Amino acid sequence: MRLLRILLAAVTALRRNVMRSALTTLGIVIGVGAVIAMMEIGNGSSAEIQKTIASMGANTLMIFPGAAASGGVSFGAGSTMTLTPQDSEALLNECPSIRATAPVVRAKNAPVIFGNKNWVPHEILGSTPAFLQVRDWPILEGAAFEDRDVRNAASVCLIGQTLARELFQGQSPIGQEVRLQNVALRVVGLLEKKGANMMGRDQDDLLVAPWTTIKFRISGGTTANIAAAAAAAGTTTTTPRGQLYPGSAQAIYPARSAIQAKNSPMPARMITVDQIIVSATSAAETKEATRQITSLLHDRHHIAEGQVDDFNIRDMAEITKVLSSTTVMMTKLLLVVAMISLIVGGVGIMNIMLVSVTERTKEIGLRMAVGARGIDILRQFLTESVMLCLAGGAMGIALGRGSSYLVSKILHWPTLPSMGAIIASVLVSATVGIIFGYYPAWKASRLDPIEALRYE
Amino acid sequence: MPSDPIHLIELRDIRKTFYLGEVVLPVLKGISLNLAKSELVALTGVSGSGKSTLMNTLGCLDRPSSGEYLLDGTEVTRLSNDERALLRNKKMGFVFQSFNLLSRTTALAQVMLPLLYGRSPISNREAKQRAESMLERVGLADRMDHHPSQLSGGQQQRVALARALINHPPFLLADEPTGNLDSNTTREVLALFKQLNAQDGITILIVTHDPKVAAHCRRVIRMADGLIEADETQTEEVS
Repeated sequence: MRLLRILLAAVTALRRNVMRSALTTLGIVIGVGAVIAMMEIGNGSSAEIQKTIASMGANTLMIFPGAAASGGVSFGAGSTMTLTPQDSEALLNECPSIRATAPVVRAKNAPVIFGNKNWVPHEILGSTPAFLQVRDWPILEGAAFEDRDVRNAASVCLIGQTLARELFQGQSPIGQEVRLQNVALRVVGLLEKKGANMMGRDQDDLLVAPWTTIKFRISGGTTANIAAAAAAAGTTTTTPRGQLYPGSAQAIYPARSAIQAKNSPMPARMITVDQIIVSATSAAETKEATRQITSLLHDRHHIAEGQVDDFNIRDMAEITKVLSSTTVMMTKLLLVVAMISLIVGGVGIMNIMLVSVTERTKEIGLRMAVGARGIDILRQFLTESVMLCLAGGAMGIALGRGSSYLVSKILHWPTLPSMGAIIASVLVSATVGIIFGYYPAWKASRLDPIEALRYE
Repeated sequence: MPSDPIHLIELRDIRKTFYLGEVVLPVLKGISLNLAKSELVALTGVSGSGKSTLMNTLGCLDRPSSGEYLLDGTEVTRLSNDERALLRNKKMGFVFQSFNLLSRTTALAQVMLPLLYGRSPISNREAKQRAESMLERVGLADRMDHHPSQLSGGQQQRVALARALINHPPFLLADEPTGNLDSNTTREVLALFKQLNAQDGITILIVTHDPKVAAHCRRVIRMADGLIEADETQTEEVS
């Protein structure tokens, strides 16, 4: 009841001089409006920048098999084969922080032949369709191969821009057949240009096929089957299409005699991949994803506490660092701009409130004569300035949202509505009202009623 | 509260001295004065005689340098600022020469103003009813929603009077209430004063230097040079 009356009195007082109240508020309106618009445009740009940086692979994790060691001599990463395609599927299914996973199999560099042209691409990879999702790599022309192609070890492939330029020279590569290690692969898709990576290596110089195709049709170049490859070297037999497991190229172990086989039957050998690439749900989630991967692989690989891992996980720490420093800087910049505009608005409020106190000296004297205490006067003027600031804040929010909407519609800048900015501006404008309204209100409350009544 | 049935106001040896840097300026030099309940008194004197200072002291706007001031049995010289504000709200009404109405505010809102500062809060509806009946009493029932700029001088002074009386104070202080009014409206306002004095038993002190206004009052106190020069009770006042 009492509060209502105080608010009513403040509204009445402000309405008595609408024009001046409006002009006073303008400072806050512009201040808050600027803050909201800046926050929304800034957040939008920030999100866009983060998305761009993330597409460079900030949320990508790579899992490599561990190192084999014998008698204190380590053979380096990849010297044992411990990762399986099933690991890749299990990671996707069981780790909540993971968005996509793809197993990767590498083939030895070899020329890719089309017509009378040939070119040795930098990378020949085998993977699943999820590879494109993890690498955030859209297809320019054609379509990606499918999971069905992976199951069938279909003779299809995707090629990068550089390879396409070298082999096809401006023609469309879609539907053409290229030859790799005497296997004919049909080009189903052309990848978009990605450019060089941070080390300056051309990422577009590659060929991607289903991993089964690379592993089983094209003799792989990994440590595990180097011996086999060496054994197969020199042979120029073409693996016929449709033959799933060309066993001759996969003879890892020396042939055993019938007695040996009977005495100690070999367990079915598991199929391994060279690497698993993982995309976390966001760049910030990479840490959590790493933890989840470690714990799941410990479980699947039966690695007890304290034993050496048979895998290792790498992340794009450098990119992540750039990302987070960009975000922090952006936030700080916005904060500074916000503070400056609100302080300017607050000083405007203080200025006008001081004028208002002087102008209404007689009114203050009268209110004191009819029984207002110092605190009543203080409260009244404080209420007025806070109301001015809150009204200004409300108008500022409308102005800010409006202008950010216009910016996104007319200039096509990315904007992102920010509830935090709105709440913060309301709180800050109330605080500005209190801080900058206090001095004039205090001055009013300290007036001598006799002097005030006599003031002309 | 010690009861004193006869006197509403008792002043004993009130002195007030102003210090303007080096200069010591005694303005009230020992005033003793009693005002009974439902008296109508005029306070006159030339400029500089100390009547404004005395009025400020009586109105609890200012504290005397020394002396005692009993208002309705309460010693007020030692009260704090806030306590005196409450006292002004409950026990006094003020009417000024320049009306002191808030600009661009309706007559009704003006009259309700003192209710805003009362210690016992009353509902909005009750406040409005009281203000309306008060405006009716001063003859402004049809002017409640008018702003000061839409009212004549006499009407403005009547709004101020309604505002002064909204809390039913026992004491009304009028500082040159007719100074800005023509002779016709002066007569109207003075008649209203007399009516309130007679009907409600309100003690009214009119500060004026117009002998014609003073002539309306039964008791006239004349001040000169910080002291009471004369305190006369007339047998025949102008009606």
